[in-house]
Amino acid sequence: MRNNAMSLVNDPVDRKDQARKKYCRFKKAGIKYVDYKDANFLLKFVNEQGKILPRRLSGNSLKFQRKVSVAIKRARHLALMPFVADGLK
Amino acid sequence: MFQNQYETVFILTPVLSETQIKEAVEKFKKTLTDSGAEIVHEEHWGLRKLAYTIQHKNTGYYQLVQFKAAPTTVATLETEYKRDERVMRYLTTKLDKYAIDYSERRSKGLIGRKNVESAPKAEASTETQN
Repeated sequence: MRNNAMSLVNDPVDRKDQARKKYCRFKKAGIKYVDYKDANFLLKFVNEQGKILPRRLSGNSLKFQRKVSVAIKRARHLALMPFVADGLK
Repeated sequence: MFQNQYETVFILTPVLSETQIKEAVEKFKKTLTDSGAEIVHEEHWGLRKLAYTIQHKNTGYYQLVQFKAAPTTVATLETEYKRDERVMRYLTTKLDKYAIDYSERRSKGLIGRKNVESAPKAEASTETQN
């Protein structure tokens, strides 16, 4: 019955691209403080328009996503990072 | 007296000469020390390009000062910033225990070796340039 082609039970789909699990790079590397002065590092967490990437893309834990977003906003205030940009990457 | 550790960064207009910049920086350091603050660390980043124009200017002199002070000191410092036309932007932040640890390592130039993921070599290179 289960091996029948007409079975109503869905076969599990093996998605290769979803195999790698997301992780928080801060937790993994043991980073405790996100520095707003380091614009080059913060550039990893914005898209090419200079917008902050969501957690579902960056994989950050909530704790560090908050810290990253505060750091980016501070860097923007000090003109270390742009508020709006075109083709940042 | 109760003290916190703070970090302040301010941007001076690029129209100033070298001596005028030194004078302005000294002035703000003096306001800090006069109100009982202890300066822990300072960095002059020099003339940097701004990410966007401020007051029709594309560049500015950046100065960073870390200090230990009572919370009331920050208010007096920021009033001085507001009164001074040479300051285009400023930011004062309180440092938590992780930030103090980070800034100590940063001032010793250890960042980039200990934390491989954070603080890329670009930052270490800018520090050596200045």
